[in-house]
Amino acid sequence: MRPDLNLMLAGFGGQGLLFAGKVTAYAGLVEGREISWLPSYGPEMRGGTANCSVCVSDNPIGSPLILNPDALIAMNLPSFDKFIDTVKPGGTVLVDSTMVEKTTDRTDIKVFYVPATKMADDNGIKGLANIILLGKLFKEMQFCSPEALMKGLEKCVPASKAAMLESNKKALQLGMDF
Amino acid sequence: MAEKVLMKGNEALAEAAICAGCHHFFGYPITPQTELAAYMAKKMPKIGGTYLQAESELASINMVLGAAAAGVRTMTSTSSPGLSLMTEGISYIAGCDLPCLIVNVQRGGPGLGGIQPSQADYYQATKATGHGDFQLIVLAPSTVQEMVDMVFLAFELGEKYRMPAMLFSDGLLGQMMEPVELPEPGSVKISDKPWAVTGHNNERTHNIVNSLYLEPDLLEKTVRARYERYAECQATEQRCEELLVDDADIVLVAYGASSRVCRSAIMEARAQGIKVGMIRPITVWPFPVDAITKAAEHAKAFLTVEMSMGQMVDDVRLALNGARPTYFYGRTGGMIPSPAEVLEEIKKIQEGI
Amino acid sequence: MAVVFERPHALTDKVFSYCPGCPHGIVHRLVAETIDELGIEGRTIGISPVGCSVTAYDFFACDMVEAAHGRAPAVATGIKRARPDNIVFTYQGDGDLAAIGMAETVHAATRGENITVIFINNAIYGMTGGQMAPTTLPGQITQTTPYGRDVNAAGYPIRVCELLSTLDGVSFAQRVTVDSVKNIREAKKAIKKAFENQVNGRGYSIVEVVSACPTNWGLTPNEALQWMRDNMLPYYPLGVYKDKYAEEGGAE
Repeated sequence: MRPDLNLMLAGFGGQGLLFAGKVTAYAGLVEGREISWLPSYGPEMRGGTANCSVCVSDNPIGSPLILNPDALIAMNLPSFDKFIDTVKPGGTVLVDSTMVEKTTDRTDIKVFYVPATKMADDNGIKGLANIILLGKLFKEMQFCSPEALMKGLEKCVPASKAAMLESNKKALQLGMDF
Repeated sequence: MAEKVLMKGNEALAEAAICAGCHHFFGYPITPQTELAAYMAKKMPKIGGTYLQAESELASINMVLGAAAAGVRTMTSTSSPGLSLMTEGISYIAGCDLPCLIVNVQRGGPGLGGIQPSQADYYQATKATGHGDFQLIVLAPSTVQEMVDMVFLAFELGEKYRMPAMLFSDGLLGQMMEPVELPEPGSVKISDKPWAVTGHNNERTHNIVNSLYLEPDLLEKTVRARYERYAECQATEQRCEELLVDDADIVLVAYGASSRVCRSAIMEARAQGIKVGMIRPITVWPFPVDAITKAAEHAKAFLTVEMSMGQMVDDVRLALNGARPTYFYGRTGGMIPSPAEVLEEIKKIQEGI
Repeated sequence: MAVVFERPHALTDKVFSYCPGCPHGIVHRLVAETIDELGIEGRTIGISPVGCSVTAYDFFACDMVEAAHGRAPAVATGIKRARPDNIVFTYQGDGDLAAIGMAETVHAATRGENITVIFINNAIYGMTGGQMAPTTLPGQITQTTPYGRDVNAAGYPIRVCELLSTLDGVSFAQRVTVDSVKNIREAKKAIKKAFENQVNGRGYSIVEVVSACPTNWGLTPNEALQWMRDNMLPYYPLGVYKDKYAEEGGAE
């Protein structure tokens, strides 16, 4: 039995946070677990900060709104500032260090600074920093089986866009290898 | 069994409505129900149904009245400020004894308020959805799967009692995704509507769909007959979920999104040895009075939790009729209570009993 | 013995509740005759408004729905979209159609809803006892314009046919009156056309009937008709404001 995952993804609208959250949720669904996926909504989605709470558990999910995540993916500075102190002690944090130059003083959490946006650009998969970070999160937390993660990805990329699926797989691998 | 898919509450509700044979949707854009209307706009033309973006909520609810009078399954969806505009039409629909589905994806109020989740329209939904003596059937889902299941229930109960039914959702449930299983198509039973205006085809006298009674004695008689149906509905259709109520000293009462927060708080409280449970109204009208009075036989105190300044708590108090102390905790304006806050309230009550 | 005159089948036996000299009775009859002549009673659904003709559901023998004040076009839209093969008409007064229901009117018209609208313009609110209507003339005395309608305070009347004829969705708009046999015949032709248009799927058709309200104008029926001719017809000229089918070269 895997532990519960309470993942907060935060950054700018357009960075693919909701998508990465959906992949995580579908991976949980593939394994028959309870899932919830809750986006922030409103004007902030149009270019401002966006975030998304994903809960994966073996028990029915109560509040889908995560106040103290055990995993955080932060893709811009406002999100890093807003959420870094909310992470549960022992939690895991992924920071896109291309976008966030700051580091945290907290020592009770595991923080990984990944230049995901730059890595995506360098590898010809612009816009897939979200999935690179998800790959790294998977490597650190093993929140599902590798097969489930791959199936989750396949569920989220439309069948008509097979090329995109390959890019996404490449991004996941880049994250896992980091 | 159909494969489970991840869907937003708003979209799952829309798909379920179509599966339930509702092929006529009328609405006006408002956050946070947008996805529901957008889903209908995409799907309806493909199945030969109606998606119509009206000029206002006043118009959309009256289009629903027309379609309902014509005997088809029909619906609208809106959010709090839009529901206020619809109250005129809802009163007429109730006065005409028409079944239909009205979705309120609640947001913070009053006025333009905000766009974040809220439960501050409880009074409006259960006590005064418009002028005159009338009630709606009000169903409060707490999961995306329940949104789907309750669409069917809403249409069935609405047709059975000839009442408009409301699906009482909020921004959180509408926006969130959960795994959901959609029903197999073709399993829907839609009841006959001999009262509908379909054209009499020279085979019967004319049907009249109307809420006007100029003679007060006739109006009173009509309203009384309607209230007999309401009484039957109250006697037979109360629905709620009971969570760990049997041995509970403290019983929480919460519906929809806030019941999910309570569930988290209850699990934590139980882990700490506090005997706490929850009655989650599924029908907020008819209110599950029976479950509350039964729980009062052993529970020592009740705590109502809402995303409002305290509205449903009145119904809890009425049900208890002073038998047990009743407390309230709420956040409003689009704020969602945290499980920790609710746990804190539970502990405070625990100390006092 | 040959029958030369009888009640249209599309009217019930119910006695009209209208005042002496009120044109509602004539217009009801013209609508009913049209329904009979087109043989559509069995598939017609009418919508009565809020106003003096609120109980029109008792008078028309076809299926009927009573709408909230001003919402008849929205109700008609709902019915027509649910049952496109039925014939749907609304019967509305000036307050209903052009004040509280103007948004519903304009939008049903601009959507080109395939419905028929019968609009009674008598420049006053009849049922509530003679208040200013959106079509009350400048200077006209009503209960709520006791010193005459002051356009600086109460604004100007609305000319509905002119306004609606600017909308692409409108198929047919004609203003008629029923103060004489000749004009009644003309009105009948217009009403019939408005129903035929719907039968033929041509979209939104409206017939505005300039009418008198002797009771609330405080005049005898004959005086009221003369006042209407002298004051209303110059402001609301009779005629066809739009006939898309004819303009496109169609002929009956």
